[in-house]
Amino acid sequence: MIDFDRVSITYPDATQATLAGVDLHVPEGELCLVIGQTGSGKSTLLGAVNGLVPHFTGGSLAGRVTVAGRDTATHPPRDLADVVGVVGQDPTAGFVTDVVEDELAYGMESLGLRSDVMRRRVEETLDLLGLADLRARALSTLSGGQRQRVAIGSVLTSHPSVLVLDEPTSALDPPAAEEVLAALQRLVHDLGITVVLAEHRLERVLQYADRVIHVPGAAARLQIGSPADIMRDAPVAPPVVELGRLAGWSPLPLTIRDARRQASGLRHRLTGDPIADGGRVGDRAHPATPGEQVAVTCDLTVRYGAIAALRGIDLSVHAGEIIALMGRNGAGKSTLLRALTGLSRADGGAVHVLGHDPRSLSPRQLVRRIGLVPQQPADLLYADTIAAECTAADRDAQATPGTCRELLDRLVPNLDPTAHPRDLSEGQRLGLVLAIVLVSAPPVLLLDEPTRGLDYAAKARLVTILRELAADGHAIVLATHDVELAASASTRTVVLADGEVVVDAPTAEAVVGSPAFAPQVAKVLAPLPWLTVEQVARTLGAAS
Amino acid sequence: MPTLRTDRLVPRNLHPGAWWLWAIGLAAVASRTRNPLLLLLVLAVAGFVVSARRSDAPWARAFTVFLRIGLVVIVIRTIAQIILGNPIPGQVLVTLPELPLPDWAAGVTFGGQVTAPTVASALTDGLRLATVLACIGAANALANPKRLLAAMPAALYEIGVALVVALSFAPSLVTSVQRIRAARRLRGRPDRGIRGMITVAMPVLEDALERSLALAAAMDSRGYGRRAEVARTTRRTTSLLLLGGLLGMSLGVYGLLDATGPAWLGIPVLLLGAAMAVVGLALAGRRTVRSRYRPDPWSVPEWLTTAAGAAAVAGTVVTGLRDAAALTPDLLPLVGLPLPVTATLGILLATTPAWVAPRPPRTTPTEPPSPRPATTSLSTRPSNAPDRASQASA
Repeated sequence: MIDFDRVSITYPDATQATLAGVDLHVPEGELCLVIGQTGSGKSTLLGAVNGLVPHFTGGSLAGRVTVAGRDTATHPPRDLADVVGVVGQDPTAGFVTDVVEDELAYGMESLGLRSDVMRRRVEETLDLLGLADLRARALSTLSGGQRQRVAIGSVLTSHPSVLVLDEPTSALDPPAAEEVLAALQRLVHDLGITVVLAEHRLERVLQYADRVIHVPGAAARLQIGSPADIMRDAPVAPPVVELGRLAGWSPLPLTIRDARRQASGLRHRLTGDPIADGGRVGDRAHPATPGEQVAVTCDLTVRYGAIAALRGIDLSVHAGEIIALMGRNGAGKSTLLRALTGLSRADGGAVHVLGHDPRSLSPRQLVRRIGLVPQQPADLLYADTIAAECTAADRDAQATPGTCRELLDRLVPNLDPTAHPRDLSEGQRLGLVLAIVLVSAPPVLLLDEPTRGLDYAAKARLVTILRELAADGHAIVLATHDVELAASASTRTVVLADGEVVVDAPTAEAVVGSPAFAPQVAKVLAPLPWLTVEQVARTLGAAS
Repeated sequence: MPTLRTDRLVPRNLHPGAWWLWAIGLAAVASRTRNPLLLLLVLAVAGFVVSARRSDAPWARAFTVFLRIGLVVIVIRTIAQIILGNPIPGQVLVTLPELPLPDWAAGVTFGGQVTAPTVASALTDGLRLATVLACIGAANALANPKRLLAAMPAALYEIGVALVVALSFAPSLVTSVQRIRAARRLRGRPDRGIRGMITVAMPVLEDALERSLALAAAMDSRGYGRRAEVARTTRRTTSLLLLGGLLGMSLGVYGLLDATGPAWLGIPVLLLGAAMAVVGLALAGRRTVRSRYRPDPWSVPEWLTTAAGAAAVAGTVVTGLRDAAALTPDLLPLVGLPLPVTATLGILLATTPAWVAPRPPRTTPTEPPSPRPATTSLSTRPSNAPDRASQASA
């Protein structure tokens, strides 16, 4: 269905090809997962499938890409619209109309399909993706998962034989991600659509893949093979695979179910360890001795119009803690972070950060007390090179020159200092913003969805940095959908639902046994309280 | 009338063209009269219909926004007239200190006497502008501007899309400004004042540009701008007709405006140009392959709504022919203001869309927002939910 024949892609002004000598053949009806580290060229590979690369992005393409027999060199993306459907990273950015039904019909209108055909296909797609009761809704009123499904539906109505998705679940909470993946699986199974999908959160998608394409980056050869083959030594792997590697299981488990069937021996070895017997592993990793209270909210209520985003939140944040703030899209996580920084006004109750109301502080006073990495990290960037951005950040924070660069090198190593921040990949940009915020080392650090677009290695580096900061007495609040991050970094988990706190407990207690928020290791080892591969490795190391 | 009945009972969007024709009718009435009573009546009618038939979509809030702009217009207009205009003789209300102006500014005064007729006339002029604005606001609130543009002829479709993208650009710009100002605060830089605004401009524009690029890429991948194969001769004829039509229309307008030009250069050339342009557009429409999904029908309610707007215009025109003074009455004393019967009846007829137009469908959830419907409960989750049975056995 998709054929890459000795394809090389070079962007203008790039010293080196992004992809070189790619030979790839994706047969019909396959679900193909593209993995790779941040910035390795996954998005370029996806863009080449429907000709957006190079027709839209510029750059040069050597070799031949054919989709359903059409050469992308002679067919611009619009002439491939009936065979390839593309869903970008941010579904909202691609919406052309403002009502669900119109959005589903837009692509067909462009193709000039007959009115009765359009009508039938819209109805079929509404049913297929479970959107029927949303048909007349304004797109702006939909939740993240619903938007993603509408975006998928809007390309499905053209009956493409190939569906290309770039990180379809990265912005979604775990249940919404399941909802989207279930829909995708149905397309592959029932309609025989070929799906090419890039995703960092392998723990969510690996179990559905028929084939994995590993893009190693730096124009190295692609590795293509079955999930089990590639996972044996891929540098990016979900926790369940890491656990399998650690325990030496063969065949390597790709799903929780496979792993659980092999896990009884490991469970035995772990419980044989006297230290783990009574105590909670999470607590042992981060001793729970709360420091002084640095931020507190009392009965905090924030409303948007008639809708209460937060209702009566009581939360105290102590120095040395890492709190994972979880909950569905729209549960009020971002609002809580905004209220803590004084960006949202409290309609009731109070917020205090180090004894001050954040709204009364000047921006300069504010950054010394509290730092926030917003959901769109690019908002914090102004300069036109990374080097200038780092210098400005050092100056703003009155830190030793070079501090920012040093932090950046630890988060995302080897970035070209003359590159423009907007040319970075999502993950690299997040790393840069994190570095900028961390320069002033504020006592309270808030991160809104920090792992969007980050690969496992970058995530691990982030966790190390966060732990160090916490050990230095910083209080950290992470709003995240990433259960693996929450499990490995946080000491406490707070779950919001509908603007209220529904869980506030040490992480190990909060996530074990919760179907939505348990990390993979906890699911494999349940009812044992180990949450991460790292904890298991440490216990095994101590035992031997 | 069974059609009308079903049309009224089944919620659907009235054809945006009908709402616009109705609103243009009301606006025409407002621009033809300086009678404050009639103007207020037009405002009331527009407000009544909007409250009866607007949807719950975001663009339906346009009416209040336009009313607010109207209020600002009245205030500015009145203050400007009082301070700068030549006073209309009459009862002096207050005398402001007068600023002597140089000779070249003859006809403009600054300050001086403020008379009751001046204030009344300024208020009425402001009210007239505000009423016209409110009529446009009513059209915006009742008809989605995007659907109106979508109803354009095929050849102009792409211009329509460009307009739509531009229309959605403004609100997204506002959100970008808010977001980026907040971000500045987070970096410890001033978020207020002129300096703050200027440094925000660059990232906001970059953001907007990036969004437009993302949208363009998405539209391209979804087939926007696909072309049908047309014979080369047809393509050439189309270009020739469009160019010729444009040239003819320009020449014709020139001939009409320039009295010294030959007579044949006026209306005949203009008409010829227009005809060529129409044929050219029709031919150009063949090149686009687009079709329309569920186009808004034009049936009885649309005709009635348009007729209601026309009735308002007719009433005012008839009044203007019979009793022109009733449309532009002496404003003082206020108690003596006339209320011409025909014009009033016409305007009152313009309320009929509040009953004859179908109700718009809902676009927001009826329940207060639960972020996701309950169908995503845990039971639909695949295999990696912890398996209770095996947990128990372990």
